[in-house]
Amino acid sequence: MEIFGVPLQAFLGQIILGLVNGAFYAVLSLGLAIIFGLLRIVNFAHGAFFMTGAFVAFILGRHLNLGYWSSLLAVPVVVGLFGVLFERLFLRRIYGLDPIYGLLLTFGLVLVIEGGFRVAFGSSGHPFPTPPELRGVWDLGFMILPVYRAFVIGVAVVVCLATWFIIEKTRVGAYLRAATERPDLTRAFGINVPLLLTLTYGSGVGLAAFAGVLAAPIQHVYPSMGSDLVIIVFAIVVIGGLGSIMGSAVTGLGLGVIEGLTKVYYSQASATVVFLVMALVLLLRPAGLFGREET
Amino acid sequence: MLVLLKSSLMIAVVAALLAVPFVPHLIYPVFVMKVMCFALFACAYNLLLGHTGIVSFGHAAFFGTAAYVTGYAMRDLGLPPEIGIAAGIICSAALGAAIGTLAIRRQGIYLAMITLALAQLVYFVFLQAEFTGAEDGMQEIPRGVLFGLINLRSDINLFYVVMAFIGAGLWLVYRIVNSPFGEVLRAIREHEPRARSLGYAIEKYKILAFALSAGLSGLAGSLKCIVFQLAALTDVHWHMSGEVILMTLLGGMSTVFGPAIGAILVSALHHYFDALGAWVTIVIGLIFILCVLVFRRGVVGQLHHMLQEQRPTALHAGRLDLKEGQHAQV
Repeated sequence: MEIFGVPLQAFLGQIILGLVNGAFYAVLSLGLAIIFGLLRIVNFAHGAFFMTGAFVAFILGRHLNLGYWSSLLAVPVVVGLFGVLFERLFLRRIYGLDPIYGLLLTFGLVLVIEGGFRVAFGSSGHPFPTPPELRGVWDLGFMILPVYRAFVIGVAVVVCLATWFIIEKTRVGAYLRAATERPDLTRAFGINVPLLLTLTYGSGVGLAAFAGVLAAPIQHVYPSMGSDLVIIVFAIVVIGGLGSIMGSAVTGLGLGVIEGLTKVYYSQASATVVFLVMALVLLLRPAGLFGREET
Repeated sequence: MLVLLKSSLMIAVVAALLAVPFVPHLIYPVFVMKVMCFALFACAYNLLLGHTGIVSFGHAAFFGTAAYVTGYAMRDLGLPPEIGIAAGIICSAALGAAIGTLAIRRQGIYLAMITLALAQLVYFVFLQAEFTGAEDGMQEIPRGVLFGLINLRSDINLFYVVMAFIGAGLWLVYRIVNSPFGEVLRAIREHEPRARSLGYAIEKYKILAFALSAGLSGLAGSLKCIVFQLAALTDVHWHMSGEVILMTLLGGMSTVFGPAIGAILVSALHHYFDALGAWVTIVIGLIFILCVLVFRRGVVGQLHHMLQEQRPTALHAGRLDLKEGQHAQV
């Protein structure tokens, strides 16, 4: 069977690849959206934390023999704590200023983190083994599906739903939403907003590191793996708007699929299609698909 | 007093630069030419950042496009340098107008992300285009003969030609900043709705500012291409966009020529500590963080601030405070 002259097998394979990429876009833009919502800071270092997650898992695996599953749990905590430290020591000092300073500060952090890993590990990629439980493929009859890719997509969907649930349906989430809308009033009710900011940044960073561990077996682990990604995620955030959590997740997955389809039909444009979509959205709907007009 | 200081400083700088080709054992002329290119790049960038309040995170696209276009015109089409440079400037300015038109549909932080993404688009185009040589870059670009008279293969000729072009570019930046047009840009920076209510077509001014800034960045890129006979992907990479922001921030974005000082400092860091490899990136990152946290005025901005503070008149002090307060919004 063929779809517009492309064998079904290849077509579905690219869709799955697109969904895997989209899963990373979704989890990363989710974290960016949460951090921006509360802290009013665009975390340029999000990609660097993604890369740090992959590297920390790699280091733990090599030197402490820590398995994949323990890494998946431990790494987000470790990197998240680093994020907490960064927020307390640095980000906190620029909250009153124009958000652009947040972008510049975290950009500086990117250079430091990336440079650090480059000094320690060089620029080239390090292979990361797929956990034994998730090796192999499923033969679905009409296509071959690598188990690990299916796992990544599934986990990403669960993470997005869980985040949505925490923010929309729990008490902590209610505090978070209140502090996003009216920080001063929320403080007046006796809620510790500065602590909330710290925790939010820490969780956002932890989420990025989590995605990094997920990505490690698919990509090789190398210092610039995050920054290449974060620019695409920025474009996705512009397309979807930072206002809505589900919006950023859906946009991320959707653009992953569009990228996959582009690879099938016009592969030269696959690296640029997300940016082209962004330009188109800016022309037709400047506020973004799910965005509110920002101030 | 301040005017005297400034003009004598200017004369000293020009005199020192004129002397550079004769003392290659003291300072490497090619390095000085590179610094001059980056000085113009940073000052052109500051037309947007400091004077219009627009944060572009994609200026490498303009710098690099001009470098590639000039390289293509001179090497593959065999055109003379003046045409190569003009083509580079025109393409950058056009690209600046195009990116500006898209980017100004959003503001602030979104605008920064849009310019970054569009610059990445430009990066991929050059990565995939055939004439650019992808990762190898465009090499062995001939320097040519300027206006059919000045042979640029001579390092001394090249140095003075680059100096003249950069001087003209910087003069233009100064003229733009101190023109009625520059006043409008500052009005937009300070209070956009008010500028709009006064009848200014904000969008046109912003796009024109983008095009001017991009065109002048293009001049810097074209000259850099001729000096090094090379146009490479590093010229269009987002690291370059970040670096020009750092130069501007470090030098002082409230000033006209402060970014040039930032360009000198950052280029010197690269030049003299090149052997340290990735450590330079770490140091640059740390400087970035420090600048944002405690040194937002930049070197020249800080000097200016200190000089002005010594003046006793309350009137001046008051005005300055106002300026400072407004500036914190940029």
